[in-house]
Amino acid sequence: MLDVAVSYNRFKFLGHEFLTWLWYSIENEPDILKNSENESVSLEIGNRIVLENRIGDSMETITIKGDDAGLEEGMLSLEKGAVVTELNLSYKEGDQEWNFTVKGESLSIANLKIPNSSQIELKEDIENAIIEKSFFYYKVIQLIDSLYGQFIHKRVSIDWNNTIRISLKRWIQQ
Amino acid sequence: MGLLSSRVSITRYKVEGKLSAPVIETVSGALKKNAIIEIDEDVSERSVGWTSFGNPFKPDFDGSSFSIGDHFIFSMRIDKKTISSKLIKKYCAIEMEKELSEKGQVYLSKNEKKLIKERVAKVLGLRIPATPNIYDLIWNYEESSLWFFSNLKSPNEELETLFSKSFKLTLIRLFPYTFGELMAGLSPTERDALSQLSPTKFAG
Repeated sequence: MLDVAVSYNRFKFLGHEFLTWLWYSIENEPDILKNSENESVSLEIGNRIVLENRIGDSMETITIKGDDAGLEEGMLSLEKGAVVTELNLSYKEGDQEWNFTVKGESLSIANLKIPNSSQIELKEDIENAIIEKSFFYYKVIQLIDSLYGQFIHKRVSIDWNNTIRISLKRWIQQ
Repeated sequence: MGLLSSRVSITRYKVEGKLSAPVIETVSGALKKNAIIEIDEDVSERSVGWTSFGNPFKPDFDGSSFSIGDHFIFSMRIDKKTISSKLIKKYCAIEMEKELSEKGQVYLSKNEKKLIKERVAKVLGLRIPATPNIYDLIWNYEESSLWFFSNLKSPNEELETLFSKSFKLTLIRLFPYTFGELMAGLSPTERDALSQLSPTKFAG
């Protein structure tokens, strides 16, 4: 395995490509949630996308935010060569909803809001609250593991350059 | 943002290595040995150590108080004293004035000024309480995974250092490359391909 500090910077682009692929997949390939045991699941783009475009030494950052924000600006940025660096997502299972942001370079989860959980009224409730909240956090972690797992297998395969990259390119240009 | 907050941020780690048995006693011993040290009545400017989840100002790692099922739950606390430069400047000016008058001098040497500054910082350090910052974590020992409830760079770096010092185990942060290497179930050929990847151009 490569040195951790070196590989963090060298492979940042993988996280950005993952989020770009994820946006494409949410819009074009609903099968990305196929591993889920629950039938009534959905994954949607949330209310914030951050894109970055490096041109020579300079960097342009584009942030699209708001519940009803159009994604046209984002598509335009992708067309100019930008990649997605942060993506807010909304994941639903039945009537339960998770909202969170994934940061591409670190794959860390930010601003995670989980479905309503029990109120803590007594000191004895804390242990149950930890178990319940951890279960909800684990759902998001499992989701990211599944999605990034799918992406990285595709990314190291011959299909990436032969078909997937071309599909993404067509989607960006359409 | 702590574990029980309405919104949380999580940085994920893989824990490399195993503790000596009995594990709970080993963890308890390491937590006690590296527990936060109070610096309010000390000249130290900074202190980093472990504390109890839910009772961060009175660490207690006796028995299995930090264990729920397969998980260890505790917190890292960073105490820091912040003395404003304006405050130091004010008290230095007062002290210099006093020293000049006592010694009947017109000027103070560079070294005398330096000593005054050090003395002022020390006195103020004893008078100003440290500001605590608490970061929770969940360590699933059986699965060798750890969730740290902060994405901030500095606390994550402190965690990696303190964890390694306390438990003699390495924390590997999970980011796009390490996730592919360690968590995605790639074959040796695929892992080799991973280390050779270069950015894709989607546009143009």
